[in-house]
Amino acid sequence: MNRSHWLDHTILWVGILFLLTPVWLLIASSTHSTQTILQEGLQFLPGSEGFAAYKTALTKATGFTDTATGYRMLLNSTIMGLGFAIGKILISMMAAYALVYFRIPFAGFLFWIIFSTLLLPLEVRIVPSYDVVSQLGLLNSYTGLIVPLIASATATFYFQQFYKTIPNELLEAAQLDNAGPFRFFFDILVPLSRTMIAAMFIIMFVVGWNQYLWPIMMTTEESYYTIIMGIKNILSVIRESRVPDFNVAFALVVLSLVPPVAVVIIFQRWFIQGLVESEK
Amino acid sequence: MSNKRVQFSHSAIPYLFIAPQMLIILIFFIWPALQAFYLSFMLEDPWGLSREFVGLRNYLYLFKSSEYLSTFLFTIFYSAMVAGLSLGLALVLAVKANAVIRFQSTYRVLLTWVYAVAPAVAGITAYFIFNRHIGVMYDLLLSMGWDFSPETNAFDATALLILVSVWKQVPVNFVFFLAGLQGISKAVREAAALDCASPSRRFWTITFPLLAPTTFFLLVINLTYAFFETFGLIDTLTRGAPGGATTTLVYKVYQDGFLGADLGLSSAQSVVLMALVLSLTFFQFRFIERKVHY
Repeated sequence: MNRSHWLDHTILWVGILFLLTPVWLLIASSTHSTQTILQEGLQFLPGSEGFAAYKTALTKATGFTDTATGYRMLLNSTIMGLGFAIGKILISMMAAYALVYFRIPFAGFLFWIIFSTLLLPLEVRIVPSYDVVSQLGLLNSYTGLIVPLIASATATFYFQQFYKTIPNELLEAAQLDNAGPFRFFFDILVPLSRTMIAAMFIIMFVVGWNQYLWPIMMTTEESYYTIIMGIKNILSVIRESRVPDFNVAFALVVLSLVPPVAVVIIFQRWFIQGLVESEK
Repeated sequence: MSNKRVQFSHSAIPYLFIAPQMLIILIFFIWPALQAFYLSFMLEDPWGLSREFVGLRNYLYLFKSSEYLSTFLFTIFYSAMVAGLSLGLALVLAVKANAVIRFQSTYRVLLTWVYAVAPAVAGITAYFIFNRHIGVMYDLLLSMGWDFSPETNAFDATALLILVSVWKQVPVNFVFFLAGLQGISKAVREAAALDCASPSRRFWTITFPLLAPTTFFLLVINLTYAFFETFGLIDTLTRGAPGGATTTLVYKVYQDGFLGADLGLSSAQSVVLMALVLSLTFFQFRFIERKVHY
């Protein structure tokens, strides 16, 4: 290894340390007692308590109604992530199919309605959206948590772009074989889109899992709390000048980031493909 | 909309396929957007009992308000800082990761995983690390003579917010830059190596111009991130403190509308934001349309 390579590796490791250190501090500190953390601050090395704080974080109920345990919040986050990813992929694939493979009147108009949703994220119309959902009686429900978020058509855009790259001959061949629109969609298009579906799924699962603003507005019942919202509770304890069980709080934060990070790392190849595809 | 030579003949089937999406968009997108537009002309009493048509009063109030102006300026400054710093850092890392041969995939994994961390999680993590009682960074800064207090000092709060936003955004930019760099063909790189001896000159005259489209695309992505996705970050880290110095436009929509229950004013802000994003995206769309050729 010559000198310039040595420098390259050093720069890369500085970058990695910058990204890794904050989370490592939480992981290491979560294995210490609250006592130690209060006296000596955050810890760089693992302590003697092991994963005890994680057990507490998972099973100890918090809040007024004692329904929001770590398990419960993880379950809700999973429902949120899966529901968001699956729902979005399903409706997007269907809508993109209609746009690309059929000649429909007003297609241009429908296209612009769908793609206008790309421009205005939920955060911008947050208060009226809350209003609409409450009028429909969907507050404190999984439907209300998930469906309004699906309204943005990012995935439709990607699937539309992807279908366009599929050769025309495929449809011609399918039509010669007398395959109808449903057959073509389910037997040819869906299997062809597998990699694209995988990539979208990873990205959308992470987005769904990481939602913060919408769940805190939508849910007042603690049985619907997601783990990302649990974080808000930790902070409100601190801001009321009470001392939380720091190790349990850290454990909860670590638990909340493990699933999405694991998904991205394990499916690295598809994730990157999805990100780069979505550039188009 | 479609470039297919062959298509299915006209029937009710396409409507069946597009209906779920259209329905969801109508109920959860168009309706609230129209509602925002309608409410922006209304004055609602704090208990939501009565509404009165006030015309453009909410807008006039906004444009005259120095608070809104400073929120606007802060958003611009913050977005520019986040975009600039995270693009720069990511570019350096991507160039280095592309240059090394050993451990390339290890670096890639270690430099991208932060993508999956929720902004709210990034916020609370930084909150702990810079905490006066337990934070290691607070101690470190204090030992250098900087009494770091984001609760009361606007500069400290802004610096903290930018730092964490950059931390969260570097991985996204890194992936795109690396993909862009690896897309540069070997022939181009070899020709470049023959023509320019100095690596830095080679980078600025050949590699960087080839990355320009990626950079522009990322600029838009980064601005969108700083505008909208940092909500969770701000709410966990500074909550706009001190005195609204770290409030972005989106955070203010939430503060005024949901916490302050001033629906008319918040809706007017939504409409202003919509107009802003529309014009920004129009620009972006033209660019993307130009860029995509099959």
